Amino acid sequence: MPVNKLVNTFSDAVADIPSGSSIMIGGFGGAGGQPTRLMLALREQGAKNLTIIGNVAGISKTTGYGWPDHLDPIDQGMFFESGQADKIICSFPVPGTTNPLSDIEQAWREGRAEVDIVPQGTLIERIRAAGAGIPAFFTPTGVGTPVAEGKEHRDFDGRTYLLEHALPADYALIRAEKADTRGNLQYIGTSRAFNPAMATAAKVTIVEVDELVEPGGIDPERVGTLSTYVDRIVVRKPGDQLP
Amino acid sequence: MTMTDPAPRLDRAGIARRAARDLQNGWTVNLGIGIPSMCADYLPDGVELRYHAENGILGFEELSAPGEGDPNLMDAGGKFPKRVPGMAFFDSVESFNLIRGGHIDVTVLGALQVSRSGDLSNWMIPKRGIGSIGGAMDLAANAKRVIVAMEHNAKGDVAKIVEKCDFPLTALGCVDQIVTDIAVIDVDRSAGELILKEVAPGWSFDEVQARTQVKLLATDTLGEMA
Repeated sequence: MPVNKLVNTFSDAVADIPSGSSIMIGGFGGAGGQPTRLMLALREQGAKNLTIIGNVAGISKTTGYGWPDHLDPIDQGMFFESGQADKIICSFPVPGTTNPLSDIEQAWREGRAEVDIVPQGTLIERIRAAGAGIPAFFTPTGVGTPVAEGKEHRDFDGRTYLLEHALPADYALIRAEKADTRGNLQYIGTSRAFNPAMATAAKVTIVEVDELVEPGGIDPERVGTLSTYVDRIVVRKPGDQLP
Repeated sequence: MTMTDPAPRLDRAGIARRAARDLQNGWTVNLGIGIPSMCADYLPDGVELRYHAENGILGFEELSAPGEGDPNLMDAGGKFPKRVPGMAFFDSVESFNLIRGGHIDVTVLGALQVSRSGDLSNWMIPKRGIGSIGGAMDLAANAKRVIVAMEHNAKGDVAKIVEKCDFPLTALGCVDQIVTDIAVIDVDRSAGELILKEVAPGWSFDEVQARTQVKLLATDTLGEMA
């Protein structure tokens, strides 16, 4: 009998997320590939002391980054505005100084948030490693910079590398264009970004999709995330105006 | 202390135009935000580049008209390119395999400071205490060639080309060339020397030197930026 991964509502999909959880939020930053309905549901749900793991994390609201002009942007800063998160691990938490203060920087300035800034390639590889059974790896990125402090260095063929560790999470909230009922996912355009790797790195992966299809409704050649990684599927209402 | 400039400095487009002149046909390039992204508007005739953006797109060209962009077709600056033939989409693992693996021919980046040995600082102003790294550390450390395109001085003629960066570093010894609003400077990283190759029209070696903390080396023929 097929396992039913389908969850009826966004609030049901995040209802059991406890306070203190680490939460990966997919996409790149911007509207495309961001699980915006799941994020809104988690804000409503109210879990606290969250650690958020994202990429370009909180700059859309104040800069419009990656959002169509006619909409008010929503970004991961919402969990710092609401006081639900006290830590973020990401590569790009703040915009340039000419922009208004972001929710993340505001929380950081008030001592309400720890901000761990990770080079983007290191961040995605740490997430990939967590899903791939690799506890740590060496990267040339960051040598000689503040991110190298306290980390093991080793030379290979005359070049120096840093040891970086895998980064798993309790939950991954991700976004895809289509799911089949087994949980195979198909992505569109540049909405892949952090979604496929995050799907592999969390204990529970919850996907927000625009469309649900029967098995066979996604060409096997176009499966971007395997059903094995996906635990819960929530489908957006047809004609949802939020990107 | 502010000195009087001997001639106008190039504008941001002028910096981008000069930086673009050394980009070679067929190269896979990643342009940073700001002045670097403007290089795309000033390519020499006959030069076509393959543009990479770290959010997972290769082979994009012009942007969509305002209001017509597709959020699922974005570049790393949060803008929306048009869908064109030959374009490819991929996830962030692949995108940084491309960067970390040394497959990007050139990246053009902005900078807060560059040192005589090619160290780059471009992600955090110390007094702010928080900054954004994004893909800059991966690009600076791993692209085959790194060009910095920036204004030569910060406010008040403060030098940005310095003996040693005192802002947090992006990468050690990575910059190959610096293009500013008054000069083109090659970085000899192994020797830790900066060679002044070109000056803006109306500028002399000494006028550029006066606005640069590092002692510059001269070439036989000092060129004029065009």
